[in-house]
Amino acid sequence: MQLVLFWIFSLLMLLSAMGVVFFRNPVSSAMSLVLSFIALAAVFVTLDAFFIAVVQVLVYAGAVMVLFLFIIMLLDLREEKRRRVRLSAWLGGGLVVGGFISALLKVVLSLPALFVTKPAMLYPLVNDIEQVGFNLFRNFNLPFQIIGVLLLVATVGVVLLSKKELK
Amino acid sequence: MPTLAHYLIVSGLLFALGMAGVLLRRNLLIIFMGLELMLNAANLSLVAFSRFNLGPDGMPNYNAQVFVFFIITVAAAEVAVGLAIIVALYRAKQTTHVDDLNTLKF
Repeated sequence: MQLVLFWIFSLLMLLSAMGVVFFRNPVSSAMSLVLSFIALAAVFVTLDAFFIAVVQVLVYAGAVMVLFLFIIMLLDLREEKRRRVRLSAWLGGGLVVGGFISALLKVVLSLPALFVTKPAMLYPLVNDIEQVGFNLFRNFNLPFQIIGVLLLVATVGVVLLSKKELK
Repeated sequence: MPTLAHYLIVSGLLFALGMAGVLLRRNLLIIFMGLELMLNAANLSLVAFSRFNLGPDGMPNYNAQVFVFFIITVAAAEVAVGLAIIVALYRAKQTTHVDDLNTLKF
């Protein structure tokens, strides 16, 4: 059962990620990306990471993709005109991607230690939000505050960038 | 039951698709979407390793999930700044196509 769900959602994720790359209309790409993020959240659920799955849907499928669609609307992007396809660029890109995939398969398939099924959790009903929150505020308090400063800097930077003219 | 290798291969394929988006597409917004796919692939492999390596207390390694939380936060900040840069660029050049942005080309 879990294997079936894993394959359904990971194939959905990979197919819609393929749609992001190959659709010509930016709005279709963005919609495909939303589907890919939601399927990825479902894959997180099969790994018992409920908190990460919820954050994935809220932040990525919600906030980030709304921002993307808003910018596409703002820039009024049309379907891309068919440009002359440069064969060398596609060949180079395909070579790099194909090399990456074959190296990955070679490494993963040569390690028998990776072919283990999920070990059973000692307490299957453990509250993972509590655990992540405890870890975040106890062991990772300084990085947490640094992230807060980073978000502040990003906000100020965006406001500055979207001014009409920079002084 | 899916094994760790299943998750790693799916995560690697997702990364490869994101990389294909960055390398093959010429629209800045689509390149940005490819970057997001690559970040998500890294998140997936982190969560998979956290679930498959239980600690001595029989619980997943929650340090990895905190790390994923940080990656999501930084990615959100990165998207905000990057899209603001793209809008500023569009205002100056009226294009988001990287082939039209060749001012610095020698």
